[in-house]
Amino acid sequence: MTTVQEQQTIQNVFQDRMDQDELLNCMRCGFCLPSCPTYITSGYKESHSPRGRIALMKAVVDGLIEPDEDFEQSLNQCLGCRACEPVCPSGVNYGHLLEEARDIINQNKKHSLPVRTVRKAVFEGLFPHQNRMRTLTGLLGFYQRSGLQKVARSTGVMKLFPESLTTMERVLPKVPTMKEMKNRPEFLPAVAPKTNRVAFFTGCLMDTMFLETNNATMKLLQLAGCEIVIPQDQNCCGALHGHSGEKDGSKALAKKNIKAFEDLNVDYIITNAGGCGAFLVDYDHLLKDDPEWKDRAKAFKDKIKDITQILYEVDFHKKVKLQLPYQIVTYQDSCHLRNVMKTSAAPRALLQAIGGIDYTEMKDADRCCGSAGIYNIIESEMSMQILDYKMEQTKATHASTVVTANPGCLLQMKLGIEREELSEKMRAVHIVDLLMEAVQE
Amino acid sequence: MITEEIKKRMIAIIGPENYDDSKVGRLCYSYDATPDLQALPDAVVSPRNTEEVSELVKICNEHKIPIVPRGTGTNLCGGTCPTEGGIVFLFKHMNQILELDLDNLTMTVQPGVITLDVIKKAEANGLFYPPDPGSMKSSTIGGNISENSGGLRGLKYGVTRDYVMGLEIVMANGDIIRTGGKLAKDVAGYDLTRLYVGAEGTLGIITEAILKLVPIPETKKTILALYEDLEAAARTVSKIIANKIIPATLEFLDQPTIAAVEDYVKIGLPTEAKAVLLIEQDGSPEQVEKDMAKIADICKSEQAVSVQMAKTVEEAEALTTARRTALSAIARIKPTTILEDATVPRSEIARMVKAINEIAEKYNLPICTFGHSGDGNLHPTVPTDARNKEEMERVEQAFEEIFIKAIELGGTITGEHGVGVVKAPYLELKLGAAGIEAMKAIKNGLDPNNIMNPGKVFAKDSRKRVVVGQ
Repeated sequence: MTTVQEQQTIQNVFQDRMDQDELLNCMRCGFCLPSCPTYITSGYKESHSPRGRIALMKAVVDGLIEPDEDFEQSLNQCLGCRACEPVCPSGVNYGHLLEEARDIINQNKKHSLPVRTVRKAVFEGLFPHQNRMRTLTGLLGFYQRSGLQKVARSTGVMKLFPESLTTMERVLPKVPTMKEMKNRPEFLPAVAPKTNRVAFFTGCLMDTMFLETNNATMKLLQLAGCEIVIPQDQNCCGALHGHSGEKDGSKALAKKNIKAFEDLNVDYIITNAGGCGAFLVDYDHLLKDDPEWKDRAKAFKDKIKDITQILYEVDFHKKVKLQLPYQIVTYQDSCHLRNVMKTSAAPRALLQAIGGIDYTEMKDADRCCGSAGIYNIIESEMSMQILDYKMEQTKATHASTVVTANPGCLLQMKLGIEREELSEKMRAVHIVDLLMEAVQE
Repeated sequence: MITEEIKKRMIAIIGPENYDDSKVGRLCYSYDATPDLQALPDAVVSPRNTEEVSELVKICNEHKIPIVPRGTGTNLCGGTCPTEGGIVFLFKHMNQILELDLDNLTMTVQPGVITLDVIKKAEANGLFYPPDPGSMKSSTIGGNISENSGGLRGLKYGVTRDYVMGLEIVMANGDIIRTGGKLAKDVAGYDLTRLYVGAEGTLGIITEAILKLVPIPETKKTILALYEDLEAAARTVSKIIANKIIPATLEFLDQPTIAAVEDYVKIGLPTEAKAVLLIEQDGSPEQVEKDMAKIADICKSEQAVSVQMAKTVEEAEALTTARRTALSAIARIKPTTILEDATVPRSEIARMVKAINEIAEKYNLPICTFGHSGDGNLHPTVPTDARNKEEMERVEQAFEEIFIKAIELGGTITGEHGVGVVKAPYLELKLGAAGIEAMKAIKNGLDPNNIMNPGKVFAKDSRKRVVVGQ
């Protein structure tokens, strides 16, 4: 519950901090409505649409309504997929408005003690520290390898958790050992005629839980003629913080990353997670009021490129033979890769270049899968409804391989496959893993 | 005022999940796409069928509670803004295509169906539903009917009115009536179908419609003609029609509009041209070929500096899509965008465009003009800022002059957006006092308690855009 006092404070800070020009920029034309997954899934509730949410934020600024529970609920239910941005003729930066609003609410609301403890542990204690991320993943590895997992499942202790969490537990990848996570390269040479010198943004989750995908990413870059620098002092991108109303935390991480990457003399900074990439290209907005960092953030942002985009640009798919046994492959867009990084043609072109497979585009591939960071755990019900629709479209393609370009989407699609009891017939993979599988050396 | 008692009765009809009087729920239906206009309703209801609509209307009529029927709120005249409070009716549950009749070439729909879904359903069956308002991806058919929406294809194919064959209507007293039918000929009494199309929800609530479909044209070609002189483009329009060619689309964009659109879509539109005509013709391949050749000749004879035919379907589609974004692209320039739709006989297009530019200069306003020049329907648009009261004042004055000029040229104050709140003060310009009286007589006869979308169409006093608090 938000107290009346807190509501008053939130209202004042809204008036102070919300970008009023941006709010006014929404002309309420409604072009965004058909693109919004929560608007559609909620049964066409305006309060669950981008236009409605902007109107609500503006109404709080204007003093027409108080930031009550319903208001918070409307913002909480937003996936932050930003599918409304490319279709917005007025060019409203909805994502920026949402992040600011969430930050204001979060910073001015007293969470209950357990929520506070968890938030502090996650946002301050865990994600900003790559060694702790490794330790936690190591624990998960111990859980998986020691037989504890079997015990947990057979005793039914997992049934104590919400359904999406227990299914999630089943679909987590086999994680690497501590040793594998610690011995990371700092430099890798190109193994084909050199095209670019790039830096690799490893990501906190990608370099622990999805280590194999990171290894494949670097291998592909090498094959594409890229020489790779992997700075060791990089950090989590801060997206999770930014999307959860912890702006200060994300700013601190942004600064560390900018510093870690700025003197490497590279052409690009490569990411393989749409969610991270989209947050990285927003660093200049995040630090826009910080004169010391503004320009450095801009220089950093200009170098960000998704792995699929660079592979496509250097004609990797034309230079390296890609072949797989026959299978139907479909692609689920990462919202942030598509809507913020504007990368949607490259991954499709790469997949279509793989010999032996049948690429089938799924209907509404550009609609969110419902993962949205930790949304699928926090707003489980809405997330699962969105996932159900996604699985319907996936099944309609008869694909046996569903390709994604972001770890969150990957886990969510795995979750969908598990929920539909299709794991015998269908798999979800990260695009770089599939490309690696297809490389004929 | 909605008492606890009334609320209870309504909830008994539609269930608690379909009655919303929360602050957030009401705020979200306090606006439509009309700039600078907002007013909170007292409650929002989502009936599930015609009977529920009727039951709710009876309660409202009994207690004189205003009713505002609302699709997705994309209209530009304030038609769905609950300026007098009351209850907003939503049709999110009544959103089914009920029937596609391939023998009679009709489609029966509920009001909440999205316009584009009607078009797609028709096309999937080799048929064509031509009305294509700018907001067709999000607008509902019920809203289109109530506003008699137009679109880019109006010149050759007409507007929504020309495709509505029959309606089911809940009257202000709760009676349910059916008008028209799947009939090409029907002269049984007054043509109530036509009366309710474009009535802006002021005479009753449309709960079902029979739409007319036509065979889909075999092929379509698109031409883009550039001009260094605004009036030369306007003359071309008149000349094409005078040559007895009716293109499917004949769109006009002036330089500021082209610049705004190109900035948004980035498909290489010629931002240096003073005016652009986007011309489409559809039909049989031979006829299209013949018409397009003649159109190209006319463009050149009127000093078009370039006449280009789209080479592929995608290229043509990109051009049409670009035109569709005009309004919204202009919206990027400034926070507030005021757009009107003064319409003149097509022979007067050149004169009207000239007058708009002179008025823009007189009031020192940047007016972007684009529109359906083929049917004389222009969209002079001003990017402005509602917070700048002095400029808003000038905008009001400029538009008033534009309306007066349009009437002078034999035109109208609104071609396709409707009267709603924002054009009500000018309605008398077009109709005269007696015309208004005639319309009021109809309104009073069918809605004696004035509960159906009150405050729309008929003006109370002078035209002022206001943000109403609660």
